[in-house]
Amino acid sequence: MKFGIVTFPGSNCDDDAYVAVTEALGATGIRLWHKDHDLQGVDVVILPGGFSYGDYLRAGAIARFSPIMREVIAHAERGAPVLGICNGFQIACEAHLLPGALLRNASLQFVSDMVTLRVENATTRFTNRYDAGQLLRIPVAHGDGRFTIDAEGLSALEDRGQVVFRYVDSTGATTDAANPNASLDNIAGIVNARGNVLGMMPHPERAVDAALGSTDGLALFESMLAAVAA
Amino acid sequence: MTRFRVAVHIVPRKGILDPQGKAVADALHALGFPSVGDVRVGRHLVLDLEAADAAEADTRVRAMCDKLLANPVTEDYEIAGVTPA
Amino acid sequence: MGATPRAGDPAITPELVAEHGLTPDEYERLVRLLGRVPTYTELGVVSALWNEHCSYKHSKPVLRTLPTTAPYVLQGPGENAGVIAVGDGLAVAFKIESHNHPSAVEPYQGAATGVGGILRDVFTMGARPIAMLNSLRFGSLDSARVRWLFAGVVKGVGDYGNCVGVPTVAGEVVFDPAYEGNPLVNAMCVGLMREDELITAKAEGVGNPIIAVGARTGRDGIHGASFASEDLTEASEAKRPRVQVGDPFTEKLLLEASLELIRSGHIVAIQDMGAAGLTSSSAEMAARGDVGVTIDTSKVPVRETGMTPYEILLSESQERMLVVAHKGRELEVKAILEKWDLTAEVIGEVIAEPVYRVTEGAHVVAEFPGSKLVTECPVYHPEAREGETVKALRARDPHAVPPRPEEADPLWTLTQLLSSPTIASKAWVFRQYDSTVRASTIVGPGSADAAVVRLPGTNKALALKTDCNGRYVYLEPRTGGQIAVAEAARNVACTGARPMAITNCLNFGNPKRPEVFHQFREAVGGMGDACRALGTPVTGGNVSLYNESPVSVVYPTPTIGMVGLIDDISHVTRAGFVNDGDTIILLGDCTDELGASEYLSRIHGLTIGAPPRCDLDGERRLIDLLLDCGRAGWIVSAHDCSDGGFAVALAECAMLERDKQVGVDVDLSDWAHLSARALLFGEAQGRIIVSTTAPGDVLAAARTGHVPARVIGRVGAPDGTFRIRHSTGVVESPVDTLAAAFHDAIPLIMTQIAAATTIESPRSDASEE
Repeated sequence: MKFGIVTFPGSNCDDDAYVAVTEALGATGIRLWHKDHDLQGVDVVILPGGFSYGDYLRAGAIARFSPIMREVIAHAERGAPVLGICNGFQIACEAHLLPGALLRNASLQFVSDMVTLRVENATTRFTNRYDAGQLLRIPVAHGDGRFTIDAEGLSALEDRGQVVFRYVDSTGATTDAANPNASLDNIAGIVNARGNVLGMMPHPERAVDAALGSTDGLALFESMLAAVAA
Repeated sequence: MTRFRVAVHIVPRKGILDPQGKAVADALHALGFPSVGDVRVGRHLVLDLEAADAAEADTRVRAMCDKLLANPVTEDYEIAGVTPA
Repeated sequence: MGATPRAGDPAITPELVAEHGLTPDEYERLVRLLGRVPTYTELGVVSALWNEHCSYKHSKPVLRTLPTTAPYVLQGPGENAGVIAVGDGLAVAFKIESHNHPSAVEPYQGAATGVGGILRDVFTMGARPIAMLNSLRFGSLDSARVRWLFAGVVKGVGDYGNCVGVPTVAGEVVFDPAYEGNPLVNAMCVGLMREDELITAKAEGVGNPIIAVGARTGRDGIHGASFASEDLTEASEAKRPRVQVGDPFTEKLLLEASLELIRSGHIVAIQDMGAAGLTSSSAEMAARGDVGVTIDTSKVPVRETGMTPYEILLSESQERMLVVAHKGRELEVKAILEKWDLTAEVIGEVIAEPVYRVTEGAHVVAEFPGSKLVTECPVYHPEAREGETVKALRARDPHAVPPRPEEADPLWTLTQLLSSPTIASKAWVFRQYDSTVRASTIVGPGSADAAVVRLPGTNKALALKTDCNGRYVYLEPRTGGQIAVAEAARNVACTGARPMAITNCLNFGNPKRPEVFHQFREAVGGMGDACRALGTPVTGGNVSLYNESPVSVVYPTPTIGMVGLIDDISHVTRAGFVNDGDTIILLGDCTDELGASEYLSRIHGLTIGAPPRCDLDGERRLIDLLLDCGRAGWIVSAHDCSDGGFAVALAECAMLERDKQVGVDVDLSDWAHLSARALLFGEAQGRIIVSTTAPGDVLAAARTGHVPARVIGRVGAPDGTFRIRHSTGVVESPVDTLAAAFHDAIPLIMTQIAAATTIESPRSDASEE
C-alpha cells in the first residue's frame, strides 16, 4: 500500500502528510515532484496543502497544468483514490476532478482554528472507519475555503451523498458561527460522483497525534488503507 | 505581426457572494456616498502579446481566460480593450 | 588603481553627503580611509554601512556588556542568527528583528517583508524554520489610522508566514498612545538543524565564486536601511516607494533551495541580501572572513533597465541571497537552484588582495582597502542623562490617585481591564496566523504563557515567548530591562520549560538625545543583570533606534525573544484551570506596588510611579521550584501574573480558552494589610498562579526552595461563579460575563471598521498624522 504525496513548489503540508502516512499510519510514503511524469506505482495520491505556485492568480489554477497533475488526473479517471487537502482541494476543483470552486473566506481573513466536523457519509473509501454523524475535531488553516456550486450542482451533491463533511458546533448543529469561511451549506469536504476523489479544507494530517490535541484525522487515512486493501 | 496590449476585467459572477465588494460598498456608504449600489471587486490584467491583428489578439486572450485566467464556475471576464502596444 | 566616477555621477557636495546621512566628521573619516574623495557609488555604500541599522555605531559599546556565552551556545551575536544546542545532536537557530519604519508607512508590506527577512536570517544558518513569533506595538485602537495599521500588519505577518508554511505560534500585541505615530513590528523566527549542519556567513577561499541567488534586483527599497535610521516625519511618507514588496512564494523556493545548497556541501557561505542589500551582505561576508572581494554589478540579474551600480548595490529587493561557492561547483549550485525555478549568476569572487572592489564591467566604481569599511565604522558614546519628565512621573505616588466612583465595585474595574485591548484576547489576531502547519505545535497561541513546539523525532519541545513591558522601561529603565527578561523566563517556565537563551530587539528613540541614550544604556544593563541571574545568554538580536514621530516617542521597548527547553513533553503545562476541586496556590507574594500598572493606564490614563521591584534571585528560585514541581507531576496549570495584576491573571485562568470555562473560589484575606486595588490590580513581580492536585507537596517544596507560597482557594464554584474574597469585600461574577469582556473586546472594535480596513487606503485619514 503506497501513498504518493505530491510536492508543488509552494506545497507546505507535504511533509506533514508524509509523516502522517509513514509514522502515524505506518504505510509507505512516496514523494512525487510536480515536474515528474510518473506516479511510481502509488495506490493513493495525496494533494497536500500549501500555495502550489504562489496562488496569486487563483488558488490551484496553475498547479492544475503541472506535469504531475496530468498523471494524477489519469489516476483519478482510472477510479483510483485521490485525497485533496486544503490547497489540494482547490487544485482538484480547478482540475475538474471535483465540482464547484473555493472562494475567498467571507470574512476576507485567513482562518486558523480547530473546528468540529460532522461525518455526513461514512460509506466512502475515505470515511469507512468513521460512523455517520460522528463529530471530529480537526484544524483548518486557509484563506480561500468558501465552497460554492450552482443550485443544480448542489442538489446533485446532496442527492448522491457526495457531501462528506460539514462544519458544525460542539452539539453537531450546522450553525453560521461554526462555519469558518461561510461555505455553502457548511460544506467542508466532498467526493466526486464516482467516490474516488475527496476534497476537504480541514487538515486531517494535523490531527493524528494526541500530543497535538486530536487524533480524529487518523481514521481517514486508515479508511483509505482498508479500502485499497479490500 | 504587431504587439498588442490587451486589458481584461475579471469579476465575480453575478449571484456569487463578493464579500470584498460588499465591504467596499458598506465603506462608501459610511463615507457619505449613499448613491452607490452594488460593488464588485475583481482583477484587471494587462497582457502584452503578438498577433496579426486586434481581432486575433482578442481571440487569443479569450482562450487564455477560458483556460487559466478566469474560473468559469465563479468568474466572468470581459476584454476591456485591445490597443497597439 | 582606485575607483573613478562614472559618467553622469553627481558631484560630491556637502549637501549630497548630508543627504546620505553622513556627518561632516564621518565624511572626513571616509576621505582619510580612501586617501581621496569618494565616488558617488562609494558614498552610497558607506552611507548604507555606516547607518545605525548596519553598523550599531551608537549601541555597540553598550551591547558588549551583555552576557553571550554558555556551554550550549554554538553561535553568539555577530552572525545572521544565534544558535544553541538542545541535545540529541540538534541545534536551534533563532533571532528577532524589527521592521518598524517600513510598517509605519505601508503596514501590510512592511510587516510581510519583516517576516521574510527574519526567516532568511534563520535558514541561512542552515536551520529549517519551525516557528514564528512576533511582538507588535500600536497606538490606541480609538484611532482609525491605528486600526488600519493594526489590521494591515496582522494580515502582512499572517499572509507571509502562512504561505511559506511556518507556524506563527505566539506573540504579543500592546496598544498605547506612546506608539501612535511609530508602531513597532518585531518578528522572531526559530529554526531547527543538526549541529553539524551549521553554516556561517564568512567568505573564504581565494578564487571562490560569489553568486547572486533568487529574485532579480529592482529599484525597491533603495536606502531602506538608512530610512530605518531616521525619525519618522511627514517627509518619510513621501518615501513610500522605498518600501519593499514581499513575495512569500519565492521565499519558500529560496528556503528549500538554500537548505539543499547548504546540505550539498557545494557552498562555503550564504547570507541574505537584507538591509542595504548587496552592499551589506558582501562587505560583511568579506569582513568576517578577512578576505578581499570583487563584484561586477553588470553581472547582477536586474528587473529594470538602466540600473546604475549605485542602485544595484543599494537595492533592497526581497528574496535574494548571496552565496560563496567552492570553485568549480558553479554548475552544481545552478542545478539546485534550477530545480526550484530560481536563477543563480556568478557576480564576483573572493580575492587575495585585501580590498572591497566593485566594478561595472571593467570600470572600477568603488574600492575600499581591506575590511575597513566594516571595521573602521565610527563608534559613538553619546551622552546619557535621565529626563526630568520621567523622574517626576516616577516620583508620583500611585496610592494618592483618588479612585473613580465606579471603582466602588471592583468588578467594574476588572471588567474594564479584561476588555482593555492590551489585555483582552488576541484571537482576532492569531486566528489569521496558521499556527498548526508543520504538525508540531503542542501549544499554540491563546492557551498558555508561551508556545510549545515539539522537536520532531524526540520527546523534547521548545517553549517560545516574546515579551516586554515598555511602560516599565520608560518609568525605570533598569528595572524594566530586568523584568522583560524575568517575565519571559517565567512565561516559558510556566509551560514546563527551562529558560535557555534570548534574542533581543531593542526599540528606542533617537540616541543623540541624552534621555533616550540613558534609557538604552540602563535597559540593556538591566537585561544583562537578569540574563546573568537566570542563566540565559543573549545570542543576538537587533537594534532599532529613531523610533520617533511628530506625534510621539515610543516607550523604550527592548523586546525579549526567549527560548526554553522542555525535556519531556508529558510535562507541558497550560495556563487555564482544568479540574473542579484542584487547589489553587499562589507562588510568590503580593505587595502594595501599583506604579506603572495597566490599571493606572486604563482606568486613570496615568503613566506614573515606579515599576514593581524585580528580585532576580527570587525569580530564579521561583522558576526552579516550578520546574521541580512540574517534573514531579504536581502542577495541573500555571499562569504568570502580569498586566492587570492578580485579578486579571486569575480571571484568565478561569476563561482563557472560551470553551473551557471553570468557576473559581479564592480568598485573599491573608493580605489584609494591602490596599484592595494594589492587591487585585498591582503588578508585583515573581508571582505564578498554579492549580495542583498535590498542594502539600507543592507547599513543602516551596518552603525548601525559599519561595513564598500560599493556598488561596480551589477550582470550581457553583454555577460557574468567579469569586475573589478579600479583607474588605468580594469580587464576584459569572465566569461567562468575564469571558465575554475578554474575548469580545477586540472583535467588537475591529468589526466596526472592518469595511474601512479592506479598502486599504492609507490616505483616508492621513490628516491625523
